[in-house]
Amino acid sequence: MSSGRLSMRSLSALLALSLTVVACGSVTPGSSDNGGAQQPQSSSTELPKEDVTLTVWDQEVRGGQNAQIEQLNKEFMDEYPNVTIKRVAKSFTDINKTLKLAASDDNPPDVVQANQGRVVMGQLVTGGLLRPLDDYAETYGWAERYSPTLLELNSFSADGDQFGTGNLYGLPQVGEIVGVYYNKDKLAELDLTIPKTFDEFVDALETAKQAGEIPIQFGNLDKWPGIHEFQAVQNEFAPKDYLRQFVFGLGDVSFATDQNAEAASVLQQWVDSGYFTPGFNGVKYDDASAAFTKDEGVFLITGTWQAPLFGEEMGKNVGFFLMPPAQSGDDPVALGGEGLPFAITTGSDQPAAAAAYIDFITNEHAAEVITQTGGLPAPKGAPSVPSGTVLGDIFSAWEQLNATDSIVPYIDYATPTFYDTITASVQELMAGRVSPASFVDTVNQDYADFMESR
Amino acid sequence: MKVSLPVPARSGWLAGRRAQARDKAPPGEPRTIGYLYLLPALLIYGAFVLLPLGHSVLLSFYEWDGITEGTWIGLGNYQELITDAQTRAAFLHALVLILFYSVLPVAIGLLLAALISRTDLRGLTWFRTILFLPQVVPLVVVAVIWSYIYAPGAGPLNEGLRAAGLDGLTRSWLGDFSWALPSVGLIGTWVQYGLCMVLFIAGVQKIPTSLYDAARVDGAGPGHEFLAVTLPNLRNEIAVALTLTIIASLRNFDLVYLTTKGGPGNATSVPAFEVYNQAFEVGQVGFASAIGVVLALIIFAITGVVNRIAEGKQ
Repeated sequence: MSSGRLSMRSLSALLALSLTVVACGSVTPGSSDNGGAQQPQSSSTELPKEDVTLTVWDQEVRGGQNAQIEQLNKEFMDEYPNVTIKRVAKSFTDINKTLKLAASDDNPPDVVQANQGRVVMGQLVTGGLLRPLDDYAETYGWAERYSPTLLELNSFSADGDQFGTGNLYGLPQVGEIVGVYYNKDKLAELDLTIPKTFDEFVDALETAKQAGEIPIQFGNLDKWPGIHEFQAVQNEFAPKDYLRQFVFGLGDVSFATDQNAEAASVLQQWVDSGYFTPGFNGVKYDDASAAFTKDEGVFLITGTWQAPLFGEEMGKNVGFFLMPPAQSGDDPVALGGEGLPFAITTGSDQPAAAAAYIDFITNEHAAEVITQTGGLPAPKGAPSVPSGTVLGDIFSAWEQLNATDSIVPYIDYATPTFYDTITASVQELMAGRVSPASFVDTVNQDYADFMESR
Repeated sequence: MKVSLPVPARSGWLAGRRAQARDKAPPGEPRTIGYLYLLPALLIYGAFVLLPLGHSVLLSFYEWDGITEGTWIGLGNYQELITDAQTRAAFLHALVLILFYSVLPVAIGLLLAALISRTDLRGLTWFRTILFLPQVVPLVVVAVIWSYIYAPGAGPLNEGLRAAGLDGLTRSWLGDFSWALPSVGLIGTWVQYGLCMVLFIAGVQKIPTSLYDAARVDGAGPGHEFLAVTLPNLRNEIAVALTLTIIASLRNFDLVYLTTKGGPGNATSVPAFEVYNQAFEVGQVGFASAIGVVLALIIFAITGVVNRIAEGKQ
């Protein structure tokens, strides 16, 4: 009995001890010095003369991405012999999960790839951990380098509350568009050409279905591909300015609009008409892509990141077009974006060298290097690639979208929980479990809750 | 050379009593000294288990994004946990998974143990190894293989059903709102039954053969024999198997993450997946901690009840 009481006492002592330790380290989690309005220490764009080391965290770890960043790092060090790049390469998942800790460290990396949106970049800005780049943007002329939407995606107000406006916090190397891949042989067999209007596209789907083909190859087990299908249709109904306002949370906008409900009902009709792979909610995205390369399916709606795979597997048999507009001759609007932007941490003691580095890996020469390694450079005026290939289609689509400023951002940037909400809701919508009206209401609830909490 | 240690002067009544008490005390006294020997392990355990546990409990009282200063909201996260339909559903799914991760494997394990221990088959070890194999395969591999088996188009399960003329039963197993959870659950059954079987076979071997002989003399058939002899004598093994598999079912993360990501819709979301999602994808570390704390409490409660029942009846 007495030993029992004793162990209880020591246990509570231990608990008290651990609580004290926690308390000593400050009970309230997070840093209290909100540096949201913190001014950068130095605005000088002059490069240091002494030897400096830049620590760069990037996630360019796959094939061509890795090749281009290694080449550019080497060329940068050749041009500035006193600067040494210390590269820390991590996977996308790893960098997202460790970045917050690293950036709030006393000795953070100088340059980091910080994912767009409120969850990563927004919170880093709120915590005062990223340095505004507007002074460097002016010196290097970055505003002319990109189309406006691409820079807005990397912009936040100084307190991190307003997305898409205010200070610039990063620059992307590569761009991406979500469009329609098509199987050229199949299209010819069905006696079809690339549709010029949305109605023609729907007719093509019907023709493919009648011929016993899978009109749109689609796998949505991973949940996120559903965003592409929905937004590809949504762009036909909702204007691009509305979508930008919605994503950036500007003005009094709602998701429960007639246009969104109309887009949702078209998507549901497509499911009912059998335009998608049977059982798509249980098919993996990668399996659907693999099936497409094996001539199963006429169309596939996804991003330009799949172009190297399709090009390699299908050669000249694959092409890419933007979802056609309602009226022939109108500018097509496409879901698109950019690779993870390179940003400078507030704690970096070499911001000038870091800015020179970011400029170097996104300039015209960098664009050529990126093109050679199979990437789509984000800046305007991308180098040309041979037409007739899928990359050729993509490069000219990118040019067209940039010239008309017709890229709309991913809707899952809208709120921190929006990814969960929209992916689950699209799965429900496409399984026919909810009506288009209740779909837009559910999604709007998430948006309204967030706007109210701000 | 003999060294005489200085003996402290025992003067007075009190000192005498104390010395007397020490002489008479059983070896190992004073007991408190034992804690000194535990200290190294306790420090490590405290630093890597108790401290993070306490920290999580503390975080669960804050609204915190992982970077900026947190706000104390008391029981706010716990309140949200109860009112949020999606989180409630996740806990409900975990309870359903107990059926597949725990109840079914124990039942299958018992059946196999009864069969294997009764027969004198050639190559028995080989059969046992084969049956235990799912337990050894890494979960990532398990998830990849089962995603393939469940695939709607060319997946072996649907192909098999079609070959058997059961076209009406084919479906998109992991993409079907009603079937996704049982489908994920059955993967768990496949993984866990081997562990139960091995535990029970070991348990059966401890049962004296005289008990079986007595039962047979009394005219018991295989069914009676199982109910009257095998089952009661396996009570401890069943308790262990239930405890291990229930814990596995409640903290299930990997299979859901690797197969369905909680979909379709939220049909297969489970608490452990929500912890990960809230902490790393959404950036609500406080809420994630609250889910983790509640999950831990539920695991303690259920396993506590299981063990109480197992011990109480003995």
